[in-house]
Parts: sequence; C-alpha cells; structure tokens
Amino acid sequence: MILDLEKFLAAERPRWKELEFQLTRIESDGNRQVPLAEIRRFHYLYERASSDLAKITTFAAEPETRRYLEALVSRAYAEIHETRERAHRFAPIHWFLVTFPRVFRRHLQAFLATVFITLAGVGFGAFATAFDPDSRRVTMPFGHDQTTPSDRVQREVSSGGAAGGGSVGFSTQLMTHNTQVSILTMALGMTCGVGTLISLFYNGVILGAIGFDYIQDGQGRFLAGWLLPHGSIEIPAILIAGQAGLVLGVTILGRGAAVPLRARLRAVTPDLVTLIGGVAILLIWAGLVEGLFSQYHEPMLPYSVKIAFGLVELTALVWFLTWFGRRRDQRETNGS
Amino acid sequence: MDPRSVPIMNSELLIRTPEGIAFSLPLAGPLARCLAWAIDSILIIALILCTVLLLSLFGWAAPDFVQALIALAVFAVQIGYGIAMEWRWRGQTLGKRALRLRVMDVQGLKLQFSQVVLRNLLRAVDFLPSFYLVGGAACVLNRRYQRFGDLAANTVVVSLPRLAQPDLDQLLAGQFNSLCEHPHLAARLRQKTSPGEAAVVLNALLRREQLEPGARIELFAELARHFRALVEFPPESVESVGDEQYLRNVVDVLYRSRATRVFRLNQPTTLETAVRFSSSDSRPA
Repeated sequence: MILDLEKFLAAERPRWKELEFQLTRIESDGNRQVPLAEIRRFHYLYERASSDLAKITTFAAEPETRRYLEALVSRAYAEIHETRERAHRFAPIHWFLVTFPRVFRRHLQAFLATVFITLAGVGFGAFATAFDPDSRRVTMPFGHDQTTPSDRVQREVSSGGAAGGGSVGFSTQLMTHNTQVSILTMALGMTCGVGTLISLFYNGVILGAIGFDYIQDGQGRFLAGWLLPHGSIEIPAILIAGQAGLVLGVTILGRGAAVPLRARLRAVTPDLVTLIGGVAILLIWAGLVEGLFSQYHEPMLPYSVKIAFGLVELTALVWFLTWFGRRRDQRETNGS
Repeated sequence: MDPRSVPIMNSELLIRTPEGIAFSLPLAGPLARCLAWAIDSILIIALILCTVLLLSLFGWAAPDFVQALIALAVFAVQIGYGIAMEWRWRGQTLGKRALRLRVMDVQGLKLQFSQVVLRNLLRAVDFLPSFYLVGGAACVLNRRYQRFGDLAANTVVVSLPRLAQPDLDQLLAGQFNSLCEHPHLAARLRQKTSPGEAAVVLNALLRREQLEPGARIELFAELARHFRALVEFPPESVESVGDEQYLRNVVDVLYRSRATRVFRLNQPTTLETAVRFSSSDSRPA
C-alpha cells in the first residue's frame, strides 16, 4: 500500500497544527494549570501524530513531512513522558534553607570522606614542613615560602591590613576565584572522584604546611585570627564542593548498583547542582568576610574578636547543616 | 542500555516511544559544536569587553566598587552565559542557534534546569588543559559526540533539520498526466509498485536539483526503464514523454489517488492552501 500523500496531508494537517499550538502554549509556560480535558486532547493529538509518523514512514517515505512529524512528535514526547519531579516555581530561600542542608545530609558519607582526605593532606603538609624544610617551595604557594610568618605578621600589623584588605573589589575577586576552584573540584568528580581527591588532598597539604609554619614560628594566634573569620565558611564550602565531586565519582563507579549509569546520573544531577549552588552562596559570604574583615589585624581589630567571630560562624554553619530542613525529613519518614 | 534511546549509527539517536513509534534525531558532530562554541566565545568576549568599558566610565566615582562590579560581571558572563541561554532558549545559545543545534535530553525528554547547569559547570573539566582538549577528545571518542558535561547531565546536542514545506504541486505531475488516461493500467502500477520502489522514485525527484546533470539523466533513465518494464502503457501515452516527466507521472499516480486528483482539478486553490505548510510550520522543534 502506498499512501495518498495529498489526501493524507489535507486530512491530518489541522490536527498537527492543533498539536503544535498546544505545544507552544505548554512550552512557553510550564507552570500553567492545564484542565483535564485539554490534557486528554493533547494526549490524543500526540498519539494521532505518532500514528501518522508511523504511517508516513512505512507507506510514503516522503522526507519533508516525515521530518516535520518527527520534530512534532519529539516535542510532544518530551512533554508527555517527562516524569521527573519539577519544582513549581523556584523559591531561593526555601531552596537554601531546606533543600540544601537536606541534600548535604543525604550525602554525609561523601562529606566525611572529604574531611578525612583533607585532614590527611593537612597532616602530610605539616609533616613535610617539619622534616623537610625544602618542601616549602612546593607546599606554600602565594609567596608564603619567600618569607617567615613573623615577617609577614609584622608587615600586616604595620600596614593595618591595608594590603588588599577592606576592599569590595578584593572581596569579589576572592569570591569568584573560590567559586571557580569549587566548581573545578566538583567537576573533577568525572575522573571517578580521583581528581577531586587529589585536589582536596593538595588543599589540605597547603593548609597543613602554612598552619604548621605559623605555629612553629609562634604566630598561631595571628593565624587563627586571620583564617577563622572567612576560613570557617570557606573551607567547609570547598569540602562541600569536594563532597559533590565524590558523589559524582561514586555515581559513575556505581559499585554494586542495580541501575544503569544513565539512570544513576539522572537521579543525582539535581543534588549536585544544589550542593554547588549552596557552595556558591557560602563563598559569597566567605569572600565578603575575607575582604572586609579578615585582613584587619591588631591593634585595629583584636584577634580574640576575630577568633570568636570565626567560631560563631562555624557553630552556626554546623547547626544550619545539621538541623535545617529536619522537620521535612521527619514528615517524609512518617509519611513513608 | 535503556531501551528508549538507542544510537543507531554515529550520527543519529533513535528514540523509541512506549507507543512503539521510533524517531531519529541527527546528532551534531564535533566540528559543528566547535564552530558554535567559537561563535559563543566571540560573543562572550564582546560582552565582557562592552561591560568592562561601560563600567570603567564610572571608575572615577568609586574605583573599588567598579572593580568589584567588573569582576562580578566577568564571572557572571563566563559562568552564566551558557546556563541562561540554554535554559531560556530550551537548549540553545546564540552560537547553537546560528548553526541550528540544540541541547536535548539523551532520552528525548524535557531538558531540566539541573541538567543545563551541570553540563555548563562541567566545562571546567572539558576545557582542560586548554581549548576544550579533554572535552573535544571525549566528544570525538563518544558515539553520541558527548563531552564530559553531556555525559554527566545526560544530554546530547542534536542538529535541527530545516523543515521545508512539502511542495507536492511542484513535485507531482502538472494538470495533465497521460498515464491517467488508462485507469486500469494506473491501478496495476499502484498494485505492482512496492512502498520501497515508490520511495526511491519520490526521493530521486525530491533531490533532483542536488544531482550532477549527467548523473541526473542517467538515474532518471534507469528508474524510468524500471517502471516502464513494470507496467507497459500504450506507446502513444508515453513515447513523447521524457524520462523525468514519466517518473513525475508515475509518482503522481502512486501518491495521489484519483479522487484527490479530480478534486484538485476542480478546486486547485483550496487544495493548494490545504496541503502547503505555512512558513510557521517549518519552524523546528
């Protein structure tokens, strides 16, 4: 049988036009409440267009109409068969205060792994600085190997923290740089998490080496006052980015998983985006604190105040990540 | 492997719907994607330069604040351009739109915001060590031309075909078709011709402008010989008709029923209006 193309087109085209009109409406406003009758009609039109596509492929092979119908059916298919949960409207406050801490807790093991690997790096960095002074050239970037902590503290204190501190521009540069580093840490999860682990370990090595150098030189109090105000948020933020990278890596490895890779990635994608989005928010705060607060030193700003501020921030962050969104967790547990 | 999406060859992705319908999406190759990226990069650089120049005009008033704004704007454009454009334009940036490419879910489903964000953030890895060497290599080695960002986000980049209107009037025979003077033979021709044979002759006519003159004459002569042998029409109906016109008449017989043809002769304008796709129909998905 060969299809009578002209008759077929004349008969079916009004329905294709109707389907196209409905598709355009749905695509332009995904949050519109669609009446049941309209949904039924839409489904009917989709099935009809699918049937027409099958007919034209089998009995006519007319390429233009087939391509048109393929495009139409693919659009309708995407709307009808999409079953993933969709947020009605993006609510940024709810997302940050509820979704982000919940997602963080869901992947707590990955976070603990990032803490462990970073601490291992800190230990290695401190050990290297203690027993191999030449390692400073590798483990201390940003010119820290060129000077002793005491000299640096003297310079900072004498300048009152004017070396880059107290500047909105400096804060913004720190924010953007740290966010880029976080994104890379997460993205390296594509190497089955190996790249993320190396990045975290290396960060730990730098932290351990510089920290040990300052403590050894008797500048531990300065270091705490300098690092804690922004580091109490910045370091956990980088660790959360590493957590996202490890989640990605573990998902790719899929050890013992019964579902295929694509399904696993599909399931974990929103969590990765939530984690990295939360990291960006935390880094904005950390950048502001680092640019506008951390760079001021005694006598302008007592170290005790800076240390206390950092500890309060850290406590607040732990409380936020541990308790926010719990009520919803319990509701879902009870519901299930 | 998920049964709903099966790569049928290197350049196409076949989607099978639960209704049993299969449709294919032509995948965009590395070269097309590279060109789209080049266009986007030029736009991003231009956008950054314009922003920096514009903000620098206010630098005398608050240099520190302007420096912060510039840093933020550069960052926002670098990271946000792809995300904003692909989300707003359903998988397209300006570069992709210029080259008729679109990011799609690998199963043909609706593109999610998280997919758009993830595939764009993972450019950080694809870009390594520079100029998308890692992403480019992944793209070339992958059968769906996916870079790492696409693999993680379950997306592919497809080419959008140009949807031209099927111009049956230009394709099929004109007002007079000598084969139709013999309805019994025309009916036999319809009966003897398989859908495959009909598709071959239809496609040959559709693509005739793409053929070299010599090849075109040769192809149509061969096809005409085949169809002439299939059903023999009286010599007076076919001897003065060239091979290409003969094939047009054959396609007219095969693809247009008698009822439609009579109706068309009586109501040409109405039917012309009915069968032709309007220009809005030819918009891609």
